[in-house]
Amino acid sequence: MASESIPLTIRTNPLAVVYEWLATVDHKKIGIMYIVYALLFLVVMGIEAILMRIQLAHANATFLSPQLFNRLFTLHGTTGIFFVAMPILFGFGNYLVPLMIGARDMAFPRLNAFSFWMTALGGFLLYGSVFAGGPLSQAGSAPDVGWFAYAPLTSPAFSPGHSTDYWTLSLLVAGVGSIGAAVNFVATILSMRCEGMTLGRMPLFAWMNLVMGGLVLVTISPLTAAQIMLMIDRYIGGHFFDTDAGGSVVMWMHFFWIFGHPEVYVLIIPCFGFVSEIVPVFSRKAMFGYPAMVAATVGIGFVSLGVWAHHMFTVGMPSYGNAFFVLTTMVVAVPTGIKIFNWLATMWGGKIRFATPMLFCIAFLFQFLIAGLTGIALSIAPFNWQLGNSYFVVAHFHYVIVGGILFTIFAAFYYWFPKMTGRMLSEKIGKWHFWLFVIGFHLTFDFMHIPGLLGMPRRVYTYEANRGWETWNMISSIGAVVQAIAILLFVYNMIESYYKGATAGNDPWDAWTLEWATPSPPPHYNFAAVPAVQSRRPLWDIKHPEDPDWKYE
Amino acid sequence: MLQVATKRDASHIRVFTPRDTLRSFISGTGARFQVATGSLFGLSAIREGNQQVQKKATGSWLRSSVQIFAAILGTATAALADSRSPALSPTNIFSPDSTPARSIFRLSRFGLEVEGAIFVVVFSLLAYVVVKFRQRQGDDDEEPAQVYGSNQMELAWTVLPVLIVVVLFLSTAQVIHRVQDAKRPPDAIEVTAVGHQFWWEYRYAQYGFVAANELHVPVSDAAHPTPTFIALLSSDVDHSFWVPRLAGKTDLIPNHPNSMWIDPQETGLFLGQCAQYCGAQHAKMLLRVYVQSRADFDSWVHNQQQPAVSDPSVAAGRAMFQAKLCFICHTVRGTPAVGQVGPDLTHLMSRDTIGSGAVPNTPENLRKWIRDPGTFKPGSLMPAQDLTDDQLNQIAAYLETLR
Repeated sequence: MASESIPLTIRTNPLAVVYEWLATVDHKKIGIMYIVYALLFLVVMGIEAILMRIQLAHANATFLSPQLFNRLFTLHGTTGIFFVAMPILFGFGNYLVPLMIGARDMAFPRLNAFSFWMTALGGFLLYGSVFAGGPLSQAGSAPDVGWFAYAPLTSPAFSPGHSTDYWTLSLLVAGVGSIGAAVNFVATILSMRCEGMTLGRMPLFAWMNLVMGGLVLVTISPLTAAQIMLMIDRYIGGHFFDTDAGGSVVMWMHFFWIFGHPEVYVLIIPCFGFVSEIVPVFSRKAMFGYPAMVAATVGIGFVSLGVWAHHMFTVGMPSYGNAFFVLTTMVVAVPTGIKIFNWLATMWGGKIRFATPMLFCIAFLFQFLIAGLTGIALSIAPFNWQLGNSYFVVAHFHYVIVGGILFTIFAAFYYWFPKMTGRMLSEKIGKWHFWLFVIGFHLTFDFMHIPGLLGMPRRVYTYEANRGWETWNMISSIGAVVQAIAILLFVYNMIESYYKGATAGNDPWDAWTLEWATPSPPPHYNFAAVPAVQSRRPLWDIKHPEDPDWKYE
Repeated sequence: MLQVATKRDASHIRVFTPRDTLRSFISGTGARFQVATGSLFGLSAIREGNQQVQKKATGSWLRSSVQIFAAILGTATAALADSRSPALSPTNIFSPDSTPARSIFRLSRFGLEVEGAIFVVVFSLLAYVVVKFRQRQGDDDEEPAQVYGSNQMELAWTVLPVLIVVVLFLSTAQVIHRVQDAKRPPDAIEVTAVGHQFWWEYRYAQYGFVAANELHVPVSDAAHPTPTFIALLSSDVDHSFWVPRLAGKTDLIPNHPNSMWIDPQETGLFLGQCAQYCGAQHAKMLLRVYVQSRADFDSWVHNQQQPAVSDPSVAAGRAMFQAKLCFICHTVRGTPAVGQVGPDLTHLMSRDTIGSGAVPNTPENLRKWIRDPGTFKPGSLMPAQDLTDDQLNQIAAYLETLR
């Protein structure tokens, strides 16, 4: 097949281009749409974060009104989970999984497109609330109930107007999109692998998406059910969460967190996949302990379904209930630790190249270790009685989501951007992006643990000057600005490299999985002839015919 | 067993079995260490293994990493001790002054030490790997030995974490039980805290009065404890009672009564605030717990039990209080005002702050608050009052007699 880069879009008249993207069912284009959509919302949630950090830099600041601040943190959290993290991971998964398993597309291309557009609709619904403007407050009808929207704050008595409904409906719609995407991942991975690619030979990224897909199928339903119950309460006389009529607000918490905890594993598991693809290539060694990695991930998937009430340690469950969730939460840390050791063992004895993707992965390992340890601190229920709902928790989950998930997403960008566009991202700008972001991240989130330890609760639009929290908040706010600069550099890198980056070729990183056997970017049909594989690293076998993997696996 | 690529010449190959790795690590610790400990641990017999490259480096590595570890642990402990100072913050969780907070502190210190050790070990491995195994300049393009895995290592780094989990879990379960299932002694003080948007109601049923926003409890003697048991209810949405130096937080949830206890061993003022997002003014739903000597507490109780002071010189203000409908939301015991929506004002002047800790209780703040609570707490459920200056002064003068 022709090896020159085929342009990403066929440059005819603009209307044809627009129609092509709107109507596409090609997994690569859908993947890119998910990613671009998520990047736009990443910028939006970054702006929300900067605004909040400005307000929190000083005690008793008046930069934002309490009502506006409360809407900002609600939007920030909701956007981050549902309209940045999930879409971007679905995007990478969509783009890469068929290529990695030697398939020509996902199992259900039209469902794929439908799922993307449902997710997109959800985001527009949520932000539509900002402009819908209600008569009851100056800041529009954006929801202000927090991203987990505890009852009874969401009841009509305490949330009049429609702001809560925008939250409910946008997530309901996005949830449908998520389920469609998950169905596609599971079906594709189970039934469309190329010849010779048993489940034990597919790339770990494909395994991660399989487990993630299964988890999504199980975990979105409780959220959808809770949201339907909430709508029934709010509009047609239900009393699920109405305590005056015998309803239970604790039940909302259970439903939400039965969704909410596996959800964060939905987010991190594909990121484990990124690391498992990138670290071996840049260490020049096979992944250490592939079966253990698979078993650990499946174990994490199952155990993560049983830990949810560690978000509810302060709610007043009986002591044996609290103890049970302490145990399950600590147990889920064991397979997670196993994965870290396996990555270290992969690097051990290797020849590590510090290209930008690897830098982000190494930072991930360091930061994910810390995030895991603060998670264990939080799993100690009595310690949680102090730390829960404080800035320690905010610092912990941002450590996971930014320090873990976002860092690996950046790694994935630098690694696969050449495949998707045919151009290399600039290493020089990449290193500036990396170091600035590391500095900004640690300034913000390392020091954010301290106000939590000193008694600062979360979701406060301001705080008293006599608590000793101000200096730490100021440092966190400065770090946010540094992170913003780093992200702007990243955006610039992508735009400039798309037009002027060095040509990538098929396999710029000397890697071993099937996506690197196609041109960059791949043609519409991916593979002219569907490949056949004999090991986990088909390209290693081709490059080292005297010493192939299949002799040793 | 591990597999390894065999094609290339031996100098590139490391035969990596876990035993070899361990051997070469131990035997590579340098001659001095060997001599010192060889007889002690019987290691002198272990000399073979791929030790040339690792010998010197590993030896100094072991020594310096032990030193670094000790230094970090020492610094961390010192920092933790320093961090316990309440001067750092009046809400410092590492500065406990009550048994629940102290139990939590001890457990958390243990947990942090375990985690600190894990961090040091894993971080050292990461740092070592990144430095030791980087591609060097002038390095050939040969791929390194390919190692696919090791069941023994997987077992080792599964079993050890599981043991750590068992230890942590058992120590945690013990503290959970000790705090949550503590028996209530017969002479405990009992208060019911009711959470409202955005203030705290305190019902002292034992003594027959209701207070608001500032909780008074007697100090507890370690030898003869007199803890205060606080029942936690909510009249509207979820709240959470968090005074870090006295106890962990417990939520106030409508239709889900909770309970907590404190036994502060020093007198003084302990600060905290609501720790469950409850709406616009969640940030200003502050907590003030006054721990008093038994004598002071008894005299406070006695004062609170009295009906409102009836000062004839502020009769106009009392009438205005009724006329302007303040009684609909507020109670002033001994008068027709029996409203339950807002705080009990019977002894308003016995409090240091108004607006649940938002501002000091001064004549000027009181007037500003009454005229428009949004000045201090925008989003507070008390509406702004349509009052002329005279009316405002009359009402304020009346309230200022409610000691």
